[in-house]
Amino acid sequence: MTESSPEVAEGRYWLDQPKNVTLIVWILVVVCVLLFFADAFYHKHSHFEIEDLFGFYGVYGFFVCVALVLIAKSLRTILMRSEDYYESEHEAHRTSGKSLHTHE
Amino acid sequence: MSSLSPGLILILGALAVPLFRGTARQFYMLALPVMALLTSSFLLESGVHGELTLLGVELELVRVDRLSTIFGIIFSIAAALAVLYNQHDQDPVQQIAGLIYAGAAIGAVYAGDLLTLFIFWELTAISSVFLIWASKTERAYSAGMRYLIIQVGSGVLLMAGALLHYADTGSLTFDELGLNGVGNTLIFLAFGIKCAFPLLHNWLEDAYPEATVGGTVMLSAFTTKLAVYSLARGFPGTEILVYIGVTMTAFPIFYAVIENDLRRVLAYSLNNQLGFMVTGIGIGTPLAINGTAAHAFCHILYKALLFMSMGAVLHRTGTIKGSELGGLYKSMPWTTGFCIVGAASISAFPLFSGFVSKSMILTAVAEQGYFVPWLLLLFASAGVFHHSGIKIPFFAFFAHDNGMRVQEAPRNMLIAMGIAAFLCVGIGVFPQPLYALLPHPVDYHPYSTYHVINQLQLLLFSALAFTWLMRTGVYPPELRSTNLDFDVVYRRGLPALTRGLISLVQPMDKAVREGAVRVLHRIVAGFYRYSGPGGSLARTLGAGSMVFWVLAMLAAYLLISLAGT
Repeated sequence: MTESSPEVAEGRYWLDQPKNVTLIVWILVVVCVLLFFADAFYHKHSHFEIEDLFGFYGVYGFFVCVALVLIAKSLRTILMRSEDYYESEHEAHRTSGKSLHTHE
Repeated sequence: MSSLSPGLILILGALAVPLFRGTARQFYMLALPVMALLTSSFLLESGVHGELTLLGVELELVRVDRLSTIFGIIFSIAAALAVLYNQHDQDPVQQIAGLIYAGAAIGAVYAGDLLTLFIFWELTAISSVFLIWASKTERAYSAGMRYLIIQVGSGVLLMAGALLHYADTGSLTFDELGLNGVGNTLIFLAFGIKCAFPLLHNWLEDAYPEATVGGTVMLSAFTTKLAVYSLARGFPGTEILVYIGVTMTAFPIFYAVIENDLRRVLAYSLNNQLGFMVTGIGIGTPLAINGTAAHAFCHILYKALLFMSMGAVLHRTGTIKGSELGGLYKSMPWTTGFCIVGAASISAFPLFSGFVSKSMILTAVAEQGYFVPWLLLLFASAGVFHHSGIKIPFFAFFAHDNGMRVQEAPRNMLIAMGIAAFLCVGIGVFPQPLYALLPHPVDYHPYSTYHVINQLQLLLFSALAFTWLMRTGVYPPELRSTNLDFDVVYRRGLPALTRGLISLVQPMDKAVREGAVRVLHRIVAGFYRYSGPGGSLARTLGAGSMVFWVLAMLAAYLLISLAGT
């Protein structure tokens, strides 16, 4: 529960240095490679044939995640509206109601 | 004691909350869910208690079996954690509404008949909406209204279904119903609304993120899991639930990736997690039902933990938008740590709670040979890790430091998060006590070599994908935005349709009215011409001319009678 003071100099934290972030990325890559080749050393209890493919879970996980992000990103072109999309409608409706009222 | 529903302890106890002040009130409020927990765990014996005959209908206020007990226990734990988490907020409306809400949910899982279920079902709706309204914003007010209408509507469907079911079978007992007949279909729909089935789901993503910091934590635990319990009780093995569930796991994750409000991201991932439970109910084997119950138990804890950590961020920074946050690990290290535990649990990392429960459902799906649903569930598992496991902690606590320097979360919040995190890890490392609570005997061992390695492969390669997309700049940035979901139909579409219809009908209506007015005018003018001043029918004649005409008539009469003789 240490409180950091506002004047903490950038770079005091280990993660602030880009080379450390790169280090973490490389560790992740190495672990992934190890996990991929781990498939050679144990027996799978598969229910479906596809599970027996070498490194199936890793390859599948990687590609569905990339697909997920790319599809979601392209969905933005259809789905994305301004942050106050519903509010602006509400406001417009209300002011039009008001003008209608004064009109009467 | 054995005939008293643990739910009533909370509901009746809530009414006495205003009698206490300060620390006494905090202890009292914590004592209520703890008492409910002790009652659920130790005092209630299996069987039916509190039987009541009302107008010739047999009611069972408390029906205790393994399925209701596990939900009663986790609901009590969730209520206790939420009370602890909310101690900094002394708003009595939220305190009372929250306890009644939790009590109603607990009362509902112990309800042995459909009428008792209905009463508690509606009580959860009416009490919980105050947690949304307590935000006191215009947005929260409208979202709460929509939430209330949909929730109460679900109750109305349940009541209608229960009455039809009673007419068919002569019984209101809430046991396995099956999807047959109009009555049972209505009940299924009522459960489906509360369970956020696809297209019936939007109240969840709409309302939960608008509630107060503590309100969302409370909401995340009860309503939807009550629906999961009800489906598991009434419709186990109903095959359509497999496909509904799989759809629920898959589509919300696309929204979660592009959503900016981090509590709304969690609401989408809640929807996705419900999908796993619904799929398990659809499979319906003992392993699958065990998986659903276990997953509901773990899910309530890690989802509450995630909402608590995001609530703490909102409480301290005043915003929960991914586009405005970042670098908070420097000033909120404990909250960061607890959030990561929640993230690892929902992602089902080995040694965390999600792993020991979700794998049961996936195994059950595979055992029954559902290949495509199984592939989609794997996709959804990777997707969960992507948005809840990585995106939430990354954008709130890491990403680029936006310079916010705030205080760590209040102590009571940290204690609540700490207990939830402890339980998440505890269940992950020692799943046996949880397995002992499950509805069916358990013969399942999550920690086998292939299972652990397969899961790590799936998750870490997903992390690799995230890292790669992030470093190459392909990953979509957090943007301040609203993403259209199904609620656009009733928030924009229906109002626009109504306005369109009105603008179509209005000219016709105007023409008809104007025509009618013209005809009326013409009739009135006609009357006026003949009967108005100067009109021929209204002319007054002088007395002289009257006498003249009378004489003329008499003369004519005389002449005619003379001529006749």
